[in-house]
Amino acid sequence: MLRFIAWRILATIPVMGVVALFVFLLLHLSPGDPATIIAGEYATTENIERIRAQLGLDQAWYIQFGTWIGRLLQGDLGISIFSNLPVTELIGQRLEPTVSLAITTITLAIVVAVPLGVLAAWKAGTWVDRLVMVLAVVGFSVPVFVIGYVMIYLFAIKLQVLPVQGFQPIGNGIGAFASTIILPTLTLAGPYVALIARITRASVLEILDEDYIRTARAKGQVERKVLMHHALRNAAVPIVTIIGIGVALLIGGVVVTESVFNIPGLGRLVVDAITARDYPIIQGMIIVFSGVYVLINLLVDIAYTVLDPRIRY
Amino acid sequence: MMRQLTRRCAARCLALAVAAPAALGLLGGTAAAQTTLRVIPQADLKNIDPIWTTAYITRNHGYLVYDTLFALDENFEPQPQMVDTYEVSEDGLTYSFVLREGLTFHDGAPVTAEDVVASLQRWGKRDAMGIQLMASTASLEAKDERTVVLTLSEPYGLVLQSLGKASSNVPFIMPKRIAETDPFTQIDEVIGSGPFKFEQAEWVPGSKVVYTKFADYKPRSEAPSFASGGKLAKVDRVEWLYIPDANTALNAMVSGEVDYWEQPPVDLLPILQSTPDLTVETTDPLGSHGVARFNHLHPPFDDVKVRQAVLMTIDQERYMQAGVGNPEYYNADCWSYYTCNSPVATDAGSEAYKGKGIEAAKALLAESGYDGEPVVLLQPVDIPVTNAAALLTAEALREIGMNVDLQAMDWATATSRRASRETPQNGGWSMFFTWWVGADVLNPLANASLKASGDDSWFGWATDARMEELRTAFAKASDPEEQKRIAVEASKQAYQFVPYGIFGHWTQPVAYNNRLNGVLKSPVPLFWNIEKAG
Repeated sequence: MLRFIAWRILATIPVMGVVALFVFLLLHLSPGDPATIIAGEYATTENIERIRAQLGLDQAWYIQFGTWIGRLLQGDLGISIFSNLPVTELIGQRLEPTVSLAITTITLAIVVAVPLGVLAAWKAGTWVDRLVMVLAVVGFSVPVFVIGYVMIYLFAIKLQVLPVQGFQPIGNGIGAFASTIILPTLTLAGPYVALIARITRASVLEILDEDYIRTARAKGQVERKVLMHHALRNAAVPIVTIIGIGVALLIGGVVVTESVFNIPGLGRLVVDAITARDYPIIQGMIIVFSGVYVLINLLVDIAYTVLDPRIRY
Repeated sequence: MMRQLTRRCAARCLALAVAAPAALGLLGGTAAAQTTLRVIPQADLKNIDPIWTTAYITRNHGYLVYDTLFALDENFEPQPQMVDTYEVSEDGLTYSFVLREGLTFHDGAPVTAEDVVASLQRWGKRDAMGIQLMASTASLEAKDERTVVLTLSEPYGLVLQSLGKASSNVPFIMPKRIAETDPFTQIDEVIGSGPFKFEQAEWVPGSKVVYTKFADYKPRSEAPSFASGGKLAKVDRVEWLYIPDANTALNAMVSGEVDYWEQPPVDLLPILQSTPDLTVETTDPLGSHGVARFNHLHPPFDDVKVRQAVLMTIDQERYMQAGVGNPEYYNADCWSYYTCNSPVATDAGSEAYKGKGIEAAKALLAESGYDGEPVVLLQPVDIPVTNAAALLTAEALREIGMNVDLQAMDWATATSRRASRETPQNGGWSMFFTWWVGADVLNPLANASLKASGDDSWFGWATDARMEELRTAFAKASDPEEQKRIAVEASKQAYQFVPYGIFGHWTQPVAYNNRLNGVLKSPVPLFWNIEKAG
């Protein structure tokens, strides 16, 4: 197992290297020049060239890439062109809201979706199954911003029990944290509940047809034990896969929810950076997102071996 | 039984989850008696140096933190602000400014003449009017602790207007040690002598900026008038909460979570206006000035007749209807190169072009000998007013027989692309669309897009020797009548060589909660004098 983990970690190095080169080239080939944006309306060509020189944008692309990689290896993601603050500090500030939202969303999704999926599989073909699947389709189809605005209208404007926007770190108290995280979590959980419930249903349904389930039932096991001990554990591999993908997507792609609830998270940071052509932030964020994907893939692979002893590397 | 239990639990759990924060008193309830003014600013404060950048958001930040030697009043006259008394020598070449007593920076150090000199020198290397002033300056010195002496090398009529200019870059006064920073490098410490202090530790870029009242600020005794007069901080904290999503911002205003919205979209104004707790008001009397800029370097707009032909096609009513929508917030008959409603506003010279229409434009274009060169229009699709301007111009130019290539892009790309001097066919451009806030185009000198000195002019690189003569004459004139006369001449000249077309004039209202009192009228948003009840 340890050898497997070590091998997987080593394998990430070339992957991350290719990602870094690709991101760097893509950004530098895209239109838009930060020096011009920084220089502003009154800028003369001389001013723009001076800013370009200060930022190192006047050097050949491979020199810029080399400088960037050199710093990256020392854990330095550079300085934001516009705010003049270290990119690591900016990402650090944005990490807590996004990670908090990802954890609460995926936890809620698992707690709701796995039992629903198991129930639908257990009651396959009945109205319960159909209802769960209809809900899943609805949950997956309604855009997140629609759910978000409905939530805001209901709980923040009409009932006035929760705030419209913002984020309170957990350090400000669990109550304050909860007040700002409940609505975005409920909003964002919909598609994930739908996805995990469908996968769980399909996976459990497949397992329920297996011989060993029939054997367990024939031995007189109660249905709950058959489901929880025999079926669910063996159905868990695809469920874990989809949860892993879900977490990765949540870390990298909750832009809409962060925008609707005005949560200062990573999604918003990267969108703002792209608009402003703030290269160091965009590069740093993509490296961080890639790292998260690689890490989650690793954790999912490890989970496979724990859940299913037949899987060996 | 189990089903019942589950259903009951689900209902109870949801109710508990939703009600818990309210029960715990978490919704905006703070124990402190501090008053906090919560503002949705027009943009995210990306950097903190108002000399390094011309970004309006940084200028607004500057007004909270810094003070100025002079400031404009509601008649657009510069009034002493940090200055107590000043004298001008008989020949008009020497200005002596004496600072008010007791002015201190946020770090407790007194404001001295040396701080002023260093601040003005840095500003004079970045700002358009600052550069002009410094070009006419022989020396700028600290005579003693509180006296600054500016000696001109030639007459310059806009000394006080420059030192009291309302918009970017504003000559804010900083401590000498900070003002000595290279003007092309951002400062990293925010110490001013203004009515509010910047709380750097609480700054979350992209989300929140916090200012607290500066207890030792010495306000002037006069009533506030635009940026001049007494700057009384009447709230303990000002929080800028950047909310980029307009619907979320609207909801936060309606729920009372925030107090003031600097730039609500015109489309949402009816909702804000119908909310009893809110006031929608135009506080900027100068509005914004739409600019359809030509590239003077390359065909076809290197030919003045082609530029004049395009001018004839501009129907401001259509532009404003498409880009702004509500006639309450636009003026579709504003042909002044110095924003309408300003002291030297004039439409002199426009009569030859405005309202002439497509047929007259076609005739003039034919006269020019235009032979179908492509016209590349930059269309920033993410800003409604410039997007509409690009689309309508494309339509009009096609109608008069031009070969239009409309290129859609985001604003950031357009601002980068417009710096290219290449030919339109080779990655350059022929026209782009933007706007100035009125405070930036108050006269022929302030309006950077009237500068016509070729290579070092604003994007588009217009050249016109007569316009440059008139701009220089305006800078030297100190008599208001003389200034007005020159401004009229410059307007006529602008309509002769057509540096750009004006596609309209519009205002941007603010929205605020009725709990607020004392919101000032000003070309820039100011946050002193505002009281918050409850």
